[in-house]
Amino acid sequence: MMLLRLAVASLLARWITVGLTIFAIALSVALFLGVEKTRTGARESFADTISNTDLIMGARSGSVQLLLYSVFRIGNATNNITWQTFEDIASRPEVAWIVPISLGDSHRGFRVMGTTDAYFERYKYRGGRALAFARGGPFADLFDAVIGADVAAQLNYKIGDPIVVAHGLASFTEHDDKPFRVAGILAKTGTPVDRTVMVSLEAIEAIHVDWKGGARSGPAISAEAVRQMDLNPQAITAAMIGVKSRLQVFALQRAINEYPQEPLLAILPGVALQELWGIVGIAETALIGVSAMVIATALLGMAAMIFSGLNERRREMAIFRAVGAGPQVIAAMLVIEAVLLTLAGIVLGVALLYTGLWVARPYIDAAYGLYLPITGLTGREFYVLASVLGASALVALVPAVRAYRLSVADGMTVRI
Amino acid sequence: MTDTAENRTALRLSAVSFAWRGKVPFRIEIPALDVPSGEKLVLLGESGSGKSTLLSLICGILSPDQGTISIAGHDLAAMRGRARDRFRAEQIGVIFQQFNLLPFATPLDNVLLPLQFARQRRARLTDPRAEAMRLCAQLGLAEGLIRHARAADLSVGQQQRVAVARALIGSPALIVADEPTSALDAAAQSAFLDLLFAQAGAAGSTLIMVTHDNRLADRFDRVLNLQDIAQITHQAAA
Repeated sequence: MMLLRLAVASLLARWITVGLTIFAIALSVALFLGVEKTRTGARESFADTISNTDLIMGARSGSVQLLLYSVFRIGNATNNITWQTFEDIASRPEVAWIVPISLGDSHRGFRVMGTTDAYFERYKYRGGRALAFARGGPFADLFDAVIGADVAAQLNYKIGDPIVVAHGLASFTEHDDKPFRVAGILAKTGTPVDRTVMVSLEAIEAIHVDWKGGARSGPAISAEAVRQMDLNPQAITAAMIGVKSRLQVFALQRAINEYPQEPLLAILPGVALQELWGIVGIAETALIGVSAMVIATALLGMAAMIFSGLNERRREMAIFRAVGAGPQVIAAMLVIEAVLLTLAGIVLGVALLYTGLWVARPYIDAAYGLYLPITGLTGREFYVLASVLGASALVALVPAVRAYRLSVADGMTVRI
Repeated sequence: MTDTAENRTALRLSAVSFAWRGKVPFRIEIPALDVPSGEKLVLLGESGSGKSTLLSLICGILSPDQGTISIAGHDLAAMRGRARDRFRAEQIGVIFQQFNLLPFATPLDNVLLPLQFARQRRARLTDPRAEAMRLCAQLGLAEGLIRHARAADLSVGQQQRVAVARALIGSPALIVADEPTSALDAAAQSAFLDLLFAQAGAAGSTLIMVTHDNRLADRFDRVLNLQDIAQITHQAAA
């Protein structure tokens, strides 16, 4: 007990080097835990983005690609589905509900999605939560738009504000002849919906009625004239499907995948997400590897710090030897010192992590749509921290062995 | 400790030989040295006369190549490393020339330090802290200084007195002092010896002091010149 107290006093006497070492360990631990928390937070956030949707249907491509563009608004569809096919699938007996979505246009960096009113009822997130309107309501007019919470916040839109949709995703050509009106603003969900402008499928059709192949063609048709036209959609990008019975999911998936008239792909969102993790997992492993290296570096720095201090502390060791401490006691005290240092580093690192999470959470949410939950340390994280503590004792063996040898050689006399 | 005749001899060296096998080979031989219990012995020797080696041998930090060293009847050579460390903790109090104390600890912790390694010495004390305070008071050290100051904040003279208290706590059989007065001025040296003798006498400890300063020699029971009892050979020269 007294030896422990002396070890602490010895550390306090060298508080600058000791403090820097503790800080280095704390930073490395905070980095590791931060990566870990972001990783699990991102997974949860992704998994929470869509729920209660049994299948997503799109043109045939990769399942991850379909998931990314239809749910996460990342990347683009390679092809569309004809409206004929959509109606064909919709009429199948297994289908309880189906919501078409049409992507491809944008508004000031936010994606525009054509859909139906059913989207607001059927889209569910975070374990079955439904979308809610913070203000306004669903589409009442052809040129009504519903915007996500982030769109409203960043562009400072209110109900009734005009919106001009741009053709394509990064384009200077705008559908400025047919402006929209903000009819509804959705409550914050923490999903890509927050960053989406939703309009009706008919409106998507209407703004493209005088377009062909990405450019204006033929005489312009005014917004008033277009209301009189047949605005039944020609094609959609993807569709969200709910089945009547979970048992029918695979049968319907097979039917869609083998649909003879058009190459289609149906995916189970959860399965596609797993596939996505398979890909992202490599980057995750790399990140974890790098942060583990940072911890290793900090621990080696600590060992070097203890090691370089040994020469000045030979006097101290000689005193311990004179009062009857064996060389093994001196070696053990260095290991205890390292473990104490690391423990302080871990405690400070955990404090840094939670302060950092608390401070950075709103920014991460705003910038990446990633809402990191502040949760306690998991068993896995405790296990990692315990390993760090164990590793510190292990690397401390290097200076400890050196101290052992020095104290055997020096005995009570130090020739400095 | 059973044989009373052995009990009366605090330290006995016979036919001891030890060689350093370093870059500067060096051999010390001590045919015989007996120190009766309770004696105050001074060994005079210049630096390079084997003082440090002799002290390390007596304290069991070094083992002789030949011969026996026994303290209070116990042969050091018969003990293994860990047992020898424990034996040193129990039987010997050491006072260095200077830098005696752990600089980051309080003087009180410094005084109590040997008791961590010496169970019997601690068992002799009902209240180690009170005993440490008593010793320090006897050595003229203020209580506040002992409890709260850091050892590094003490003057050299104060540090040497704390070192005496540490050597004496729990009454070890033998006090070994390596030039404990060399860092003190003449007046302080004499006062320091007064305190050391008084406390060693009160504890019943044998005192062996090594010094190059023969001005203090006449205050001891016995004076020995190191070159009379030990032969040094530098094998490199031969």
